[in-house]
Amino acid sequence: MDADIIVIGAGVVGAALAFGLARDGYKVKVLDGKNRDLRAARANFGLVWVQGKGADAPAYRRLTHQSAELWPRFCDELANTAQVQVDYANPGGFHYCLGDAEFENRAALAERINSTAKTPEIDMLSRQDLEKMVPAASFGPEVTGASYCRLDGHVNPLQLLDALHKGIAAQGGSVLFRHPVSDVKPLATGFAVNGPAGTLTARYVIIAAGLGTPDLANSHDMDVQISTTRGQILVTERLDPFLPFPASGLRQTAEGTVMIGATQEHTSDRGVSVGSATTLARRATRIIPALASVRLVRQWSGFRILPPDGSPIYAQSKSAPGLFAAVCHSGVTLAAAHAAIVGPAMINGRLDSELSDFSDGRFHV
Amino acid sequence: MFRSVMAGLKEQADMTVYVNGVETPAWDGETVASILLRVPNVGRQTPVSGETRLPYCQMGVCFECLAVVDGVPSVQGCLMPLKDGMRIERQRGRREVGQ
Amino acid sequence: MSYDVVVIGAGPAGMAAAVQLAKLGISVCVVDEQPAPGGQIWRGVERNATSPVFKALGEDYQKGSSATAAFHAAGIDYQPAAQVWQIEDGWKVFLTAEGKSRCITAKAILLANGAQERPVPFAGWTLPGVMTVGAAQILLKSGGMLPEGDVWIAGAGPLPLLYATQLLELGGKVAGYIDTSQKPSLKALSHLPAAWRDFPGLMKGLRWIWKLRRSGKLVRNTRNLRATGDGQLRQIEWESNGKTRKRDVGVLLVHEGVVPRIHETMALGCDHDWNDQQKYFAPRVDQWGETSRKGIFVAGDAGGIGGWKVATVSGEIAGLGIARFLNIGIDAEKLRREAALDDGRKRAMALRPLLDALYTPPQTPIADDVVVCRCEEVTAGRIREAARASAPDVGAVKAATRCGMGPCQGRQCGYSVQALVAEVNNLPVGDVRFFNIRPPLKPVTLGEIATLQDVEA
Ligand SMILES: Cc1cc2nc3c(=O)[nH]c(=O)nc-3n(C[C@H](O)[C@H](O)[C@H](O)COP(=O)(O)OP(=O)(O)OC[C@H]3O[C@@H](n4cnc5c(N)ncnc54)[C@H](O)[C@@H]3O)c2cc1C
Ligand code: FES
Repeated sequence: MDADIIVIGAGVVGAALAFGLARDGYKVKVLDGKNRDLRAARANFGLVWVQGKGADAPAYRRLTHQSAELWPRFCDELANTAQVQVDYANPGGFHYCLGDAEFENRAALAERINSTAKTPEIDMLSRQDLEKMVPAASFGPEVTGASYCRLDGHVNPLQLLDALHKGIAAQGGSVLFRHPVSDVKPLATGFAVNGPAGTLTARYVIIAAGLGTPDLANSHDMDVQISTTRGQILVTERLDPFLPFPASGLRQTAEGTVMIGATQEHTSDRGVSVGSATTLARRATRIIPALASVRLVRQWSGFRILPPDGSPIYAQSKSAPGLFAAVCHSGVTLAAAHAAIVGPAMINGRLDSELSDFSDGRFHV
Repeated sequence: MFRSVMAGLKEQADMTVYVNGVETPAWDGETVASILLRVPNVGRQTPVSGETRLPYCQMGVCFECLAVVDGVPSVQGCLMPLKDGMRIERQRGRREVGQ
Repeated sequence: MSYDVVVIGAGPAGMAAAVQLAKLGISVCVVDEQPAPGGQIWRGVERNATSPVFKALGEDYQKGSSATAAFHAAGIDYQPAAQVWQIEDGWKVFLTAEGKSRCITAKAILLANGAQERPVPFAGWTLPGVMTVGAAQILLKSGGMLPEGDVWIAGAGPLPLLYATQLLELGGKVAGYIDTSQKPSLKALSHLPAAWRDFPGLMKGLRWIWKLRRSGKLVRNTRNLRATGDGQLRQIEWESNGKTRKRDVGVLLVHEGVVPRIHETMALGCDHDWNDQQKYFAPRVDQWGETSRKGIFVAGDAGGIGGWKVATVSGEIAGLGIARFLNIGIDAEKLRREAALDDGRKRAMALRPLLDALYTPPQTPIADDVVVCRCEEVTAGRIREAARASAPDVGAVKAATRCGMGPCQGRQCGYSVQALVAEVNNLPVGDVRFFNIRPPLKPVTLGEIATLQDVEA
């Protein structure tokens, strides 16, 4: 066998699973695809986000909470293992409200979520509260307030991915780039993973190939269903720190750039559009009018990986046990849980007992 | 570092601009970038390490000529002709977002 | 606003094309980020006509007067001081002028946006006091600016020679000249007969060299040029014959040739070819200047370095090509033949093979401590390290190091990063792709984008 575990996909989901398993002492190999593949791991917004997630899916909400709580330690360990900087902060996060209707809707959501939580998860902040918490910014006249969740945070997603790759290597694993996989074949024990770059074998295989997952997994008696939307993001020149709290759709990075995003569009076009930039810039400048003088430096798009009900899918093949699939939308938020909980649950046979809410079986009732 | 040949040929400057508040004579055809090369200590400071830079390419492709021009930050100086009375300020590192 | 054609760039190529198009009755708008027409070679030519620098700038420069006059006379909509920051399908051109953005539409686009100097990183190239020869020449053309103190030039190609002669003529001084060009190879000399066809051009080159030899020091066969100083250029050093030499300098001007501006064609997804001799990408065009994307044409240096005469002819050809594309009932082939445009191009190209063979880009590896990405201050060492830890993909290196993420959007570091990724992976440089170019083509304020009218989300 070439490895104990082969993970197909070196995006933030595959790499986090592999990092956790390498830390547990398994010999892991991570195979990544072609240079031009879609990579949500490189295109995402970088929020480690709890508020509003899984409002109607308690298991997903629980896992998100767990992950957010694991994140600080996970990040320290990752940065130390990989010997690289990972800019992460968890001061809590905002969802800005423009106008009274947005504020009331948000307050209703907060109340619904809080009513089922042990301790209230979301606070509604008035405009005055906001002004006190963010003294360096002046808010537009339409800003009525924000919801706030103390568990929320943000990370530099590119540093995260880089650190995961280096962390895997530092623990004796390896990441093979430009190693696209065309199919997985069950052997008497273990699996053969085939592709133009050659065949590798392992005792276990986890398919975490983002949008490419169904093609590889569903021929092995799994039912991984996903759809996608395009999300466009804007990033500005570097500015003096003035936004101490990340918000959904608006955050200042450790470098000082401001990220604005992301749109939700039904298209397969890989490009970006001025129309979307206008939509994003309009909302951002309504929240903080002074952003109008700030220069946009880059705009890009990425494609979300969306299970039909929004919750992650962690599946095991019924015909070939030992072959798994993992897909989810919020791979950055869930990275800590993937490393500490999901990977071990797969390999130790606890997927059905601990994470059955996320099985692929849930789609055919 | 640079001087205008006009300075020796014309009796009077074509215009006056204000560089970090200091009255500075200037010549027709000059850009904000050329002023940055004539007056000490106005080159941009990078938003990364804060080191000082001066215009490098003069053709719009290096962004080393950024300056605050009449209150507008991050202006590409080499593409901005000087005008009489123009105010040019040093672009210091990561700039502040106006209140 | 809507036009048949939007031309981007009012240099020799863009002006020639626009004049051609206007003559054929096609509506055209010319957009340029400079305040006046002329492009790089004829910067400020109209204003300088009465200036004392005019004579010193030489014959080729003076020819710009008639070109800009013809351009103005043709009654073309001309938008100076405007930067194009995005081009979308259906050919919508988004531009910013005087702090406001708007969109103009066209059936065809001509990219005549010219060239930029090839950035060649070396130790100390970010110090104030170091700049390109082209930059110094532009300063000369736009305000009569002369460098002061001990001025050194280091580089190769016709431009440093031309600039030096212009400078001397205006009473400036050159303290030293480091010629970084390689010894002419037999291959280069084999182009000589063709070059004679462009006799006046060749004579001009020889005159430059004579003048320079008489006026100052010429240093050859150097290695490891460094610029040093504490926050300001003070000294340069280099190695030659195993010894390190040092000189006090005030200004160091560098030049290693020019490369096409490809951000626009790259962002549009046009196919490009790698020119391995000159180490640049250029958009692939057909005989009319049309790229792989229907309706997107390229002329002048933007399609491959040829100089202003080639740019002028290729602009005229692209003008006819666009007229043909618009199907306005002209016989473009016939007009092309009658104007003998192909002969004109051949003549203008005569010197090019010699120049390209004489002045090949330097191939010395960049030392680890040298800053490659000026904007994000990323060194060659960090780029190499990232390249070792990822696929042979500049995108992955960019993601890991932030190189190419600053305001210049990779215009200064693109080719260096590509070369470093190739070096680490032991690949031919041309096998490594360029950065994936993302909008905007030039940084534009969020306020301008937010206040754009009539855009669909
Ligand atoms: C510094 C320098 C000096 C040179 N000197 C000589 C010389 O002495 N003799 C010689 O034969 N050749 C010289 N060359 C080469 C010569 O300038 C070119 O061959 C010639 O100018 C090419 O013409 P062009 O029309 O293709 O491009 P250019 O003359 O470069 O014109 C392109 C125009 O496009 C504009 N532009 C670019 N991007 C945008 C955008 N996004 N939005 C709006 N406008 C844009 C630019 O401002 C520019 O005005 C020199 C080149 C350089 C760089
Ligand atoms: S000097 Fe390079 S962009 Fe202005």
